[in-house]
Amino acid sequence: MSALAAQPMLAPPGRLPRLLAGIQHEDRAISLDAHLRRFGPPHAPHDLIAVVDAAGLRGRGGAGFPTARKLAAVAAQRGRPIVVVNAAEGEPASGKDKVLLRFNPHLVLDGAVLAAAAVGAKQAVVAVSVEAVTERARLESAMAERRSRRLDRVGVKLVTVPEGFVTGEESALLRAVAGKPARPTTKPPYPFQQGLDGKPTLVQNAETLAHLALVARFGPQWFREAGTDEAPGTALVTLSGAVARRGVHEIELGTTLEELLQQAGGVTEAISAVLVGGYFGSWVRAEEAASLRLVPGNLGAGAVIAFPASACAVAEAARVARYLAGESAGQCGPCVHGLDAIAGGLEGLAGGAHDVDAARLERWAGMVAGRGACRHPDGAARFVASMLRAFPDELRQHARHGRCSRQPARILPLPKERRG
Amino acid sequence: MSGVLRLDPIACDGHGLCAELFPERIRLDDWGFPIVDPAPVTGDLAAHARRAVSQCPKLALRLERAAKVASS
Repeated sequence: MSALAAQPMLAPPGRLPRLLAGIQHEDRAISLDAHLRRFGPPHAPHDLIAVVDAAGLRGRGGAGFPTARKLAAVAAQRGRPIVVVNAAEGEPASGKDKVLLRFNPHLVLDGAVLAAAAVGAKQAVVAVSVEAVTERARLESAMAERRSRRLDRVGVKLVTVPEGFVTGEESALLRAVAGKPARPTTKPPYPFQQGLDGKPTLVQNAETLAHLALVARFGPQWFREAGTDEAPGTALVTLSGAVARRGVHEIELGTTLEELLQQAGGVTEAISAVLVGGYFGSWVRAEEAASLRLVPGNLGAGAVIAFPASACAVAEAARVARYLAGESAGQCGPCVHGLDAIAGGLEGLAGGAHDVDAARLERWAGMVAGRGACRHPDGAARFVASMLRAFPDELRQHARHGRCSRQPARILPLPKERRG
Repeated sequence: MSGVLRLDPIACDGHGLCAELFPERIRLDDWGFPIVDPAPVTGDLAAHARRAVSQCPKLALRLERAAKVASS
């Protein structure tokens, strides 16, 4: 960290935008000079972990784990740790980490380097999907800018990892970074104890580190000026479906779904429900959606989809359930067999089979949760179980008549077929 | 001597011997994979637990000392 002024000299960002502040309308990344003009020099408080703790920052990769606790756990291990920035973003409905890398890579890199210093690491690895070509290029340029200025005392490396839903799971990610198949491992040991090359490894989502970079500069009180006491700060949300301005938005935590939809220009047609938290998230009926407050506990990786009432939710749930079953790492029986059975059941219901029982699907969802080496079956189970609860009328119509009054429509984004 | 049964879900292949040997605490799901009761195994049941652990063809089952399991 360069020995510039002890206090940042610039006015901090207001409540919004923060991570998205300074992003121009053209498709290019903020240069290092512009970044330093906008946010001030990178500032390393002498006790970053305590500062992050006071701010109440929680991880933005999906689990919402308190960031300070994770930093402290890694710092307490014996042996020199290493930092891995999780920018893999394998969730198809999420684009926030790509936006950060595309437009604001220096904020993510600041955070990575600060976190490394706080835990005693000398190396940071940024893991990006092999398919995120533009994002990788922007990151490499930003890294080159920093190297030419000798900005950081921590070595930063970029590693590409394969595309895949499970690739972003911490232990799977570390395997992918090491060049092995991206499959989760049994825990313990956890990455913070034994991760990359057997070292204590801090795995942190790219967005979390971007917030950390601002908390280090502007302090915990500033961070808490946005959001609520229990859910402080801002978060990036990827909004899609029947909404006017689809894409990545920054919100204060605690914002209601209704406020988010308004911020994005409102819905473009009547919606039946909102999927909150992407494909590991929960379906919320439109009537309850309005007042739901978005917090780390329900946002997951921040994908929110406004589901139009004209579309058949059973067909869409079947399509995503089949995708999730296919994305299983294939290591644990309940995940492999259970998700396949659930997807098959939903496909049957969507396609007109009369012998599929929604109660059995709900039982299967309960049966797979908690029984894998990672949370893939848990997330899929939550997605399916919440869908079964949110669309009882549509399910009854399908069970009785083999179809409903809605149209099958591709609302939930999925990657193009990768496997033959 | 009490302990807690831990299953390694990656090593487990669903042979099902464990459920046969220790039905008091292990049952099979709809696909033949074990659902292990997390409650501590005490007294007479411990012998059954140890037999299930030793007979697993994939060494997927472990009996951990109860002291290792801290309740928060």
